[in-house]
Amino acid sequence: MSELHLSRNTIHFAEPLPLQSGSMLSGYDLVIETYGKLNADKSNAVLICHALNASHHVAGPSPEDPEDIGWWDNMIGPGKPVDTNHFFVIGVNNLGSCFGSTGPMSISPASGKPYGADFPVITVEDWVNTQARLADKLGIRKFAAVMGGSLGGMQAMAWAIQFPKRLEHCIVVATTPRLSAQNIAFNEVARNAILSDPDFHGGNYYEHGVVPKRGLRLARMVGHITYLSDDDMAEKFGRELQRPNGESNDYRFSFDVEFEVESYLRHQGDKFSTYFDANTYLLITRALDYFDPARRYEGSLDRALAEVQAKFLVVSFSTDWRFPPDRSREIVQSLLSNKSEVSYAEIDAPHGHDAFLLDDERYHNLVRAYFKHMREAQS
Amino acid sequence: MNQRADFAAISNWIAPNSQVLDLGCGDGSFLEFLQKEKPVHTYGVEIDDARVLSCVQKGLNVIQQNLEGGLALFEDNSFDTVVLSQTLQTIHQTEKILREVVRVGKESVVSFPNFGHWSHRLAVGLGRMPVSKSLPYQWYNTPNVRVLTVDDFEKLASSIGLKVLDQCILHEGRQVTLLPNFFGSLALFRVRRA
Repeated sequence: MSELHLSRNTIHFAEPLPLQSGSMLSGYDLVIETYGKLNADKSNAVLICHALNASHHVAGPSPEDPEDIGWWDNMIGPGKPVDTNHFFVIGVNNLGSCFGSTGPMSISPASGKPYGADFPVITVEDWVNTQARLADKLGIRKFAAVMGGSLGGMQAMAWAIQFPKRLEHCIVVATTPRLSAQNIAFNEVARNAILSDPDFHGGNYYEHGVVPKRGLRLARMVGHITYLSDDDMAEKFGRELQRPNGESNDYRFSFDVEFEVESYLRHQGDKFSTYFDANTYLLITRALDYFDPARRYEGSLDRALAEVQAKFLVVSFSTDWRFPPDRSREIVQSLLSNKSEVSYAEIDAPHGHDAFLLDDERYHNLVRAYFKHMREAQS
Repeated sequence: MNQRADFAAISNWIAPNSQVLDLGCGDGSFLEFLQKEKPVHTYGVEIDDARVLSCVQKGLNVIQQNLEGGLALFEDNSFDTVVLSQTLQTIHQTEKILREVVRVGKESVVSFPNFGHWSHRLAVGLGRMPVSKSLPYQWYNTPNVRVLTVDDFEKLASSIGLKVLDQCILHEGRQVTLLPNFFGSLALFRVRRA
């Protein structure tokens, strides 16, 4: 087991970026973290795309805070399923996010103030374009793999559609080819919580020196419910009352925190509201809503995926009701219909959507085997 | 190579450059064998986690799903050959899966252990359920939920609109031509929709 070789960089892109919305973003920065070493022919690069609230910090302890472990550390690192002893792994903070890449908190060159509400709406396809420019800068013509879970899986899928020649493998976990009405509805509740917070100030709260914390907290609480399965919540919290040791287990007949699950959601919401940007939350949930590669092909996902050259690994989790196995099967069905290379695994796991981030031997062994074979086929 | 003589027999019925779907592909042994024999493009379908993993380790395309649910992921006539190798006897919905197989495949190969082999008849005649090379389980731990003979299959095939194009009945890796339902232990049928 060797070292992780973590390196963090901020890369500036001076060339303006045309966006799917029609607007144009002048120069921008992307923060990236890399692990392992790029080989001489630059054929061992793996791009990891992140989901809603994650960042470039994918693996290992953060350089400035050793307590802060990367969000996919159980998957990526030396000797891990995506083995950084062999692969050069890149984590990139998406445009519009709030962890160092250009986003609503950044200073707009036009106004000299934070972009706030003026930051343009970004789509999954826009992100993929910025990631392709990043690959250009790093001299990577073709990724060994582009991989992501949930919203990250959408980006990986979009890669295979937009740049079919630039990735050998596409690994999409717990994702969907489009949000359902129910998914959009949950996003709308979350956005509404933020938009209706008096501290939101139409998105320009930075100049008022406030943060719409109440909205962010609610948004996170709603989101969190959709990440867990009913069984998982029952297992973790049941109907347990929150009572310090020795206190009576009788109801208090109040609206304060009574049940453990309430305490958990509030804690998650509070934590989130201290580190996440409300405008970023709006942006990213909208990117989720808009993603629908079949849309420009009269709803035909087969046609949307027709030019795909990458080999796919599609993974879903049995209790994920946010992006359930049926959504993954739609992707598989279209790839099969096009006779593209695809493997599909449905992991029977109790943890709902969150399962893609958790330890599960079957899931990790599968990804490990997939990358191992990839390596063997390369050499 | 002779660990499964049926592999060679099935492979003989598959043309080079075919699109092949192997239902209940197990650890991918047959597909790996077939790919060494001739250029083909393949997918396997398997429900078991460990076997799906084996297929991924071999670099095979594999789709994890339960065959009892049918083949909704696959379009009509989308494969040159669909293989259902020693899997039919493990599926409850026998007619449904056979109809699905011939819907998806322009041609299909169905193989199964022949309950009509004389040794099985003898065992039952002596009052015990047969345990043999082709039926290597005890009655209480067998994954097989249907037992059938060569003649049973032929009858069902014709009643649900399957045309038998060819058949090959084996015992101990050799083809049996004399009284195959009595001397054969493994039956292979090449079929299509009539």
